[in-house]
This record gives sequence, structure tokens and C-alpha cells, in this order.
Amino acid sequence: MRIALLHSRIRIEERLLIDALTSRNIDHDVIDLREQTFDIHEPGRWTDYDAAIDRCISQTHALAATRVIERFGVPTINPASVIEACGDKLTTSLLLARDGVPTPRVRVALDEAAALAAIEHIGYPCVLKPTTGSWGRLLARINDRDAAEAIIEHKSTLGSVAHSVFYVQEYVDKPQRDLRVFVVGTQAICGISRQSDHWITNTARGGRAGALTITRDIADISARAARSVAGESGGLLAIDLLECPRRGLLVSEINHTMEFRNSIEPTGVDIPGRMIDWVIERARAGAEAAAGVSA
Amino acid sequence: MSNAANTVTTSHQVECPECGASVRFARAPLAGEVTRCTGCRAELEVTSLSPLRVELAPEVQEDWGE
Ligand SMILES: Nc1ncnc2c1ncn2[C@@H]1O[C@H](COP(=O)(O)OP(=O)(O)OP(=O)(O)O)[C@@H](O)[C@H]1O
Ligand SMILES: [Zn+2]
Repeated sequence: MRIALLHSRIRIEERLLIDALTSRNIDHDVIDLREQTFDIHEPGRWTDYDAAIDRCISQTHALAATRVIERFGVPTINPASVIEACGDKLTTSLLLARDGVPTPRVRVALDEAAALAAIEHIGYPCVLKPTTGSWGRLLARINDRDAAEAIIEHKSTLGSVAHSVFYVQEYVDKPQRDLRVFVVGTQAICGISRQSDHWITNTARGGRAGALTITRDIADISARAARSVAGESGGLLAIDLLECPRRGLLVSEINHTMEFRNSIEPTGVDIPGRMIDWVIERARAGAEAAAGVSA
Repeated sequence: MSNAANTVTTSHQVECPECGASVRFARAPLAGEVTRCTGCRAELEVTSLSPLRVELAPEVQEDWGE
């Protein structure tokens, strides 16, 4: 078996995944996508791989590369369809809504006046988010109409085209924390709770992480969310949950190249090891299917 | 597969291009590895292994994330 690890930089996470491959004696290549050119007519050495793990930090690049590599017949983890579903918050919300997975209310608008109408419809406070991006960047909580008008104007004037889609979400009056559940396949293997005095509670903004007990409710909603974006077999995902005082657990978003360096110690779970074991299982299943071993 | 990570060399150490502080890697670094300078907090990326060289890592882009 041979596995490719696709990246655009080696962070602690990639290092730990490489270590997990090495310790399992799996042949692997660490491939910097920035150095690649792909001949779309000629897969070449790509067919040597039984699977490719995407750890690229740019979602645009990850999507392009996995589309090509999947076309060459190599399963990518996560697949391009999952990157598409998770990389864009609107797509994620649409899939969750389609499948009836509890999630905050969202309205989308494409024009400034319509954005203001959408915000007023959701009511104050509400949250305006770029549809792509991570680490809580450029999230805005809007408390009143003055702020709404100002932010809409700023986005229209200063934002890239990506900001011309206004994604408005109800503000969930959660306790000062959010929950992150690590899912392998569709199984919630562990989770953390991230606490902060700021309303953006994820660790990128200085939130503190503690272990989370995986209750049946948490496992259920996480599995449903994973199926919604990745189909029956699920994927390698981090599901962010918000605790709504009225509606209970809501899926806030789903990450397809999750960071986990600060979650191993509080949970005591070997997250990279569990990820790699799943990749190996998928690669084996793919190879057997290709060889016609399994029905 | 390379055993570089296990090779004992005297130091995986290089000068920060931003502030001149010495940046040390606990293990033999890999090409593309990122680290933060403890002197100036700049994010650095390994651009060459021999000789070991680091450069300022690219700025975060709009579509970067988890
Ligand atoms: N609708 C909301 N109501 C209340 N808090 C929210 C809401 N949306 C986001 N937050 C807070 O902001 C944090 C970041 O939000 P979100 O996950 O949408 O952004 P992100 O940039 O994708 O971050 P990341 O991918 O790193 O988790 C959440 O963890 C949560 O604490
Ligand atoms: Zn420095």
C-alpha cells in the first residue's frame, strides 16, 4: 500500500500524521502541492497511490488537486465533494437543512439592500460570516441597524467578490463555549469544549480547551452531520456544535482539514493515529473493490 | 523512506531572517515545515534543508482554513 499526503505546509498536525504513517510501516510520500503540475491526460505516478490524504491549507488548491487526483482513480480523503461541502458555509448549511440536522437559521442575500433586509428579518443580534475561511476571521456580530449598515458598506467597499454573498445567521446565545467533535467515518471519537469570554470561543481566538464527554446526543448529531456532508461512510471531520438554550445542540460548521494539536492531550485520544487507521481501511477497501475481490 | 527524522545531528538551528534570533527545531525539519520564531513571533517556513534555510511564511489567504 502507498499513501500520498498532500500539503502546502507542514504544521504540527501534518508532522503527527506522517509519524502515524511511519509507525505503521505504510509507504508514503509527502507531496507539496505548490510544486506540482498535473497532466490531466496522463496520471503517471499518481496511479501508484491507494489513497491521498488532503492536508492543504488553501481550500481552492485542495479542491483543484483532489478533483484531478480523484479523476486519476485515486481516492482522496477527504474527497473533493466533502471539501466543497465543508469549505463553503452556505453549502454546508444547505446540506444540513436538507437533511433536517439542527443548525442555526441562515438567510442569504446577494445585494446590499437585500442584505439589510435579511439581517432585519433574522433580528438582532445576528452574525455575518464570510462563506469561506476559518479561525473566526471576519466574523461580525451585529447588534443593531447602525452596525448592520456600516458592515454591509465596508464589505461592499473593501471586500473581495467572495464577500458579495451575505451569509446571515441567527446569534445563538450559547454558554461561553462551543463544542468540537472529532469524527472518523461517522463515529465521534472524542471532543473538546472551548471556553472564552469573547463570543467567538474557538481556540484561534484564545479560547481554552477542555475534554468533552461524548454523550449519545453529541454522537448522534455528529454522525448525522458527517453523513450530510460526506455520505454514508462519512469522513475525517471536526463538527463544531453550539448549545442553544432553546433548541439544544446545533451544528455550527464542519471542518474537513481539522487542526487537532491541542486536542490530543485533553482528550487522551490519539487523533492522528485514528485518522490514519481509517485512511488505511479506506485504501484497502478501495484496492479490493478495484481488484474485484469484494462484491 | 528516509530516516532523516532519526538522524542525530548537532543542531537543527538557523537564524531568523526577521530578527536574527536563533530558531531551533526539536527534530530534523521537513521541507515546507512551519514554525514560529520565539524572538519576534514571525511565522517561518523551511525552504531548504541543506543548507537549512527558513523564510517568512506567506500571509494567511482568504480561503485558508481547516
Ligand atoms: N451563530 C452564532 N452564534 C453564536 N456564536 C457563534 C455563531 N457563529 C459562530 N459563533 C462563534 O464563533 C466561533 C467561530 O465561528 P465559525 O466556526 O463559524 O467560524 P470559522 O471562521 O469557520 O472558525 P473555525 O473553522 O476555526 O471554527 C464559533 O466557535 C462560535 O464560538
Ligand atoms: Zn524572529
